[in-house]
Amino acid sequence: MSSVAKKKGFGGHIWDYLTTVDHKKIAILYLAAGTLFFAIAGFEALLIRVQLMIPNNDFISAGLFNELLTMHGTTMLFLAATPLLFAFMNAIVPLQIGARDVAFPFLNALGFWLFFFGAVFLHLSFFLGGAPDAGWTSYASLSLYSPGHGIDFYVLGLQISGAGTLISGINFIVTIITMRAPGMTFMRMPLFTWTSLVSSTLILFAFPPLTAGLFLMLVDRMFGANFFDHTMGGNTIIWEHLFWIFGHPEVYILVLPAFGLFSEIIPVFARKRLFGYSSMVFATILIGFLGFMVWAHHMFTVGLGATANAIFAVATMAIAVPTGMKVFNWILTIWGGSIKVTVPMLYALGFIPSFVAGGVTGVMQAAAPLDYQLHDSYFIVAHFHYVIVGGIVTALFGSAHFYWPIMFNRALNEKLGVLTFWIFFIGFHLTFFLQHFLGLMGMPRRVFTYMADQGWDTFNFISSIGALMMGLGVILLVINVLISIKTPPLNRRDYWGDGRSLEWALETPLPFYNFKQLPLVRGYDPYWIEKEEGNKEGMVYAEPMGDIHMPNNSILPFIMSIGTFIAAFGALYSPWGDQAKAGTAESVSPGLSLALLIGGLGLTVLCMITRSVKDDYGYHVHKEEVEQVEKELAEFRAKGGKR
Amino acid sequence: MDVNQKFTPQNWPQHAETATMEGKNKFVGIWIFLASDTVLFASVFATYLALKDQGPAGMEFSAQGLFELPLAFMMTMLLLTSSLTSVYAMYHMKNHNAKGVITWMAITVLLGLGFLALEIYEFQHYVHIGFGYTQSAFSSAFFTLVGTHGLHVIIGLVWITGLILRNAKRGLTLYNAPKFFAASIYWHFIDVVWVFIFTVVYLMGVLG
Repeated sequence: MSSVAKKKGFGGHIWDYLTTVDHKKIAILYLAAGTLFFAIAGFEALLIRVQLMIPNNDFISAGLFNELLTMHGTTMLFLAATPLLFAFMNAIVPLQIGARDVAFPFLNALGFWLFFFGAVFLHLSFFLGGAPDAGWTSYASLSLYSPGHGIDFYVLGLQISGAGTLISGINFIVTIITMRAPGMTFMRMPLFTWTSLVSSTLILFAFPPLTAGLFLMLVDRMFGANFFDHTMGGNTIIWEHLFWIFGHPEVYILVLPAFGLFSEIIPVFARKRLFGYSSMVFATILIGFLGFMVWAHHMFTVGLGATANAIFAVATMAIAVPTGMKVFNWILTIWGGSIKVTVPMLYALGFIPSFVAGGVTGVMQAAAPLDYQLHDSYFIVAHFHYVIVGGIVTALFGSAHFYWPIMFNRALNEKLGVLTFWIFFIGFHLTFFLQHFLGLMGMPRRVFTYMADQGWDTFNFISSIGALMMGLGVILLVINVLISIKTPPLNRRDYWGDGRSLEWALETPLPFYNFKQLPLVRGYDPYWIEKEEGNKEGMVYAEPMGDIHMPNNSILPFIMSIGTFIAAFGALYSPWGDQAKAGTAESVSPGLSLALLIGGLGLTVLCMITRSVKDDYGYHVHKEEVEQVEKELAEFRAKGGKR
Repeated sequence: MDVNQKFTPQNWPQHAETATMEGKNKFVGIWIFLASDTVLFASVFATYLALKDQGPAGMEFSAQGLFELPLAFMMTMLLLTSSLTSVYAMYHMKNHNAKGVITWMAITVLLGLGFLALEIYEFQHYVHIGFGYTQSAFSSAFFTLVGTHGLHVIIGLVWITGLILRNAKRGLTLYNAPKFFAASIYWHFIDVVWVFIFTVVYLMGVLG
């Protein structure tokens, strides 16, 4: 069972990744899939910007433009940002809390494969009669009457991938609660673990309303229900509420782990303890709580009334307080530190002003009367891209550089990284800064073209140039990754030299069980404490060498996800659907539709029954085998990483 | 602790469900899952309340005229009793009495099946009188809310039946004790949700 000794063929590697339950390998799967969808959505954004580069452009049609903007938003939020953050959560959180794996390794794999097949299903829409075209919010009044199967792909794809996300969220919560190493109390947990915990809790409470909303949309469109059809007594506002009760927390689901990543990066390169650790934890929890109290600020113009608008406006403004606490804590961590400006630190330094800018425009929109003016304009587009690109994407790029040594035993090139940062960062501000003013000048969002000489031409042109620069930045990052494959392995611990938390105490490449003995955590920043006391071993241990219990690999998560994938086609081509009846969308016979639905779900249920009837005790790596693996790893490192 | 160790009532741990790491994870996991399931039901409840009695112009159906308390009361009694019998099963688990666990879990399943039969009868009756799923926003919301609960009941019945069949002959171990415990917590949750459905849909429906 050793991770080093066994040589595998190509097929063996594929099988290994299809069946893996190892959090480190699942992290790589998330990273690869997330990058793929990030690239697709980024390409869609470039097409959008090329279309808007000059007035009266006919580069792409209005219909295709709607599909592109819908898929760009949906993919970036659900299928790129979420899995990329999950990649780091999977790779780093178990190491940070001193665990050998997550609480539910099987569910961890299931979460990934559900997400992946949901994402693939959604993207098949491009080849099967048109992508969804009602915006990533897919308001019922629009989407209910959208011809073709686009919206059905959206509903079913997100339903499947959302289930995967929820499962992963539950897994992380339980992992962080029950699997912490001896001495790792809650108030000694690194900030990234804290933000992952709070973010997973938000997933736990935010995804069910989305599931409910998507289900209502599914039965409305595909099985003739009447939730949103006002002629049958339905109410289209219900979708907006359910969507935003999910949608607003979703923003915090994404940005909190990003905050956590920067809270790891900044102390390492300022070489100072994180300033105000307990206030950071408090602020994280407060943001998580308030995140659920503000959804209706997306609906100020719906007409909920002055009282409702006022309450939600005040609640929204209140979120700026804990967020401000965090910003000041980061600045005060840097203040007086012995700063090393590496690539991750560059991203952190770029993040603070960019994100603050996005936050300030957010508070502007929280004022309901002003929001009436800004609603549906490019000001909104500028605002949320400042938050998402300035906050989340910088975190992802920065922590890719930061954690690459742990995840792959290689380092990304610093010089190329600096170049990438500047190209991406300047491109980002070029793209979105001017869009604030386009919005104030009255340019509405989600329009496929505009007339010349309204004062929008120059800004749109510059904005598109910026988008191309961002695209170039991403390409450079990918090149950096490809170059890193050819670099020599690091074979060391604490690559940056100033690591503070547990993940840096381990020598790379990591054995599959992470810790040969569980570490004893003696305080906040446990590895820093050991280094200060001159411990050359990394950590002190809480237990003697002994047998290690590990989970078995399984192909079932993969097959279960295929089952839901098949069932989704059955629902999609339902002959009872509104569009099928109207003749605007293809359908199959009732028998075939039901056969696909029942067959697909049956396959999934069969796997669940197999899983529950067949006992799975995991296996024990015996003490001698652990010693053998450690010896092999030591030889491997001594030979410079050649087998 | 070895999960397959044979126990006697004398050395059976006080909390067998959380005696192993896997058991502890299952225990925390099912509670966390139920927290999220609560929000799912809250969403469907809110939708139902928003769409109650809403339909096309001149709709003849209303909650007041449609729902009948005697049937709903019988369903409530069946489900509440099944919750009690699952508690008996957990009581026997504490005493390491495998036969008691299996027997009382089987009775729980039977009561659950009775509930399900009444629910199917009720749905079939509504469809028969013209109150089908696609009839109005009200009907869609009603069938979705009560049907989501019914689906949870079916999942619970399949789950518990599977546990009974798999573990009928092999006694209680630290491997299967957490599984029974998680299933019983889930079953209580279904019961609590039904109490809310009885109140919000049937009682408030009939009282107007």
